[in-house]
Amino acid sequence: MTEVRDRIIQIIAEQAMLDPSELKLDMSPQEIGIDSLGLVESIFALEEAFDISVPFNANEPEKSEFDISSLGSIIAAVEKLVAEKA
Amino acid sequence: MNAKKAKGEKPPKSERKPGKVKGKVKSATKIARTVLGRVIMGRQANGMRRVAITGMGTINALGRDVPSTFAAMREGRCGIGPLDFRDVDRLAIRIGGQVRDWEPETYFNRQQIVLYDKFTQFTLLAAREAVEQSGLIFEGELGLRSGVVLGTAAGGMNTWDENYRTVYEEGKNRVHPFVVPKLMNNAACSHVSMEYGLLGPSFTVATACASSNHAMGLAFNMVRSGAATVMLTGGSEAMLCFGGVKAWEGLRVMSKDACRPFSATRNGMVQGEGAGVFVFEDWEHAVARGADILAEVVGFSMCADAQDIVMPSAIGAERAITGAMQDAHMRPEEVGYINAHGTGTAANDKTECAAVAHAFGHHADRLMISSTKSMHGHLIGGTGAVELLACIMALREGVIAPTIGYEEPDPECALDVVPNEAREARVEAVLSNAFAFGGLNAVIALRKA
Repeated sequence: MTEVRDRIIQIIAEQAMLDPSELKLDMSPQEIGIDSLGLVESIFALEEAFDISVPFNANEPEKSEFDISSLGSIIAAVEKLVAEKA
Repeated sequence: MNAKKAKGEKPPKSERKPGKVKGKVKSATKIARTVLGRVIMGRQANGMRRVAITGMGTINALGRDVPSTFAAMREGRCGIGPLDFRDVDRLAIRIGGQVRDWEPETYFNRQQIVLYDKFTQFTLLAAREAVEQSGLIFEGELGLRSGVVLGTAAGGMNTWDENYRTVYEEGKNRVHPFVVPKLMNNAACSHVSMEYGLLGPSFTVATACASSNHAMGLAFNMVRSGAATVMLTGGSEAMLCFGGVKAWEGLRVMSKDACRPFSATRNGMVQGEGAGVFVFEDWEHAVARGADILAEVVGFSMCADAQDIVMPSAIGAERAITGAMQDAHMRPEEVGYINAHGTGTAANDKTECAAVAHAFGHHADRLMISSTKSMHGHLIGGTGAVELLACIMALREGVIAPTIGYEEPDPECALDVVPNEAREARVEAVLSNAFAFGGLNAVIALRKA
């Protein structure tokens, strides 16, 4: 799964225009510098990269089964979807 | 000219109030206004003309004309349901305010259908109802002094969708010769001008969800300034097709189950389709011919947030609201009802409520504000036109259309949103809000005629 994890970090970092090494797992999208539109775009990039479908509604992000509260939770959620697909 | 097609010289009886003399300075408010020197009959002291609405027409998920739409709004009926079109099973969002069982053959002949995209068909149907009600025939000088300004965001989206499918999916190398005249955003406007022989200023406005309000605001100003005697105005949208809904899905702001504006449980917008068309007429011209005046257009304001391509701004919305009241010489206390933009997204509804609270101060707690998108869905470029009907219903029939689907109060939307049931109330002045993606705001003010 490290490969998946690295790729997720790379995608998020690219969106935030940062170096992957600057990201920490407990950072929220806001702290990383990703606004609501950037978040929607990041999720799209993750879906494309891993051929998964992320259940995310921008109107109620907190209610989504897909936890976007921190980079760590995003990684866990994507890893889960990737595992379910396999 | 095609004036013969504008049948029905007189409005239907149900819409007429025999014996009522229009334009007579009677009420205290009107006398006060005259004393202020602003309004002298149909002309204002600054030379500006007053603007009457003398016809209205629509087709939308609630009905195929104004009476059925009003009836649905009174009942608080929901026109949103499962979408029905090709490849809907490949969509994540499968509900919308669709015009059910649409068969263009009922209204148009073969030659017309090959030229009219669905957004044009909807427009022509609404225009037919509006012009018939007005009783106008655009002959001679009147044809030269009348025009059309309509709003649409996507124009002939169904035509784009079908023909992309032909060339990309089916791999064909030939498309129908009328693809371009069908899909162009001004097609509906041009067909209305041809149908009625309207030879004056005519064009189409595309400002996403504010298109119709911008169009009607421009039409208002053209009649008010004397640039035109009559303007047909409003807008239409027909984006409910695979490509149209797929594009909206991408933004992740759509609800999968219902449009619940202002409710704490809201989870996004639901798209609709259809059209609304109005006859805006020089007040003196309308009075002189004894027309039934449905309402008076008194103010319009538009502005840009210059901030974000999708997130709304309360300051921009408030500037447009305040601007429309100033343009109308209307005190905030006069406004009894606002037809909200009320999309049912988390962002719009709280921002709009903050803007209204700020613009109206204490009066914000006394006025009513509802979102009829909960019933007909969000008609994007056509939405302001269909929503103006709710404003006219409020002024003319004393019925405030409800915000249906309302489940739970949201402290960030703590206004009287007329939840779930229509209400009888006497209102003298109303506003209609539209705040588009791209931060473009347009608000219209009407008064009782």
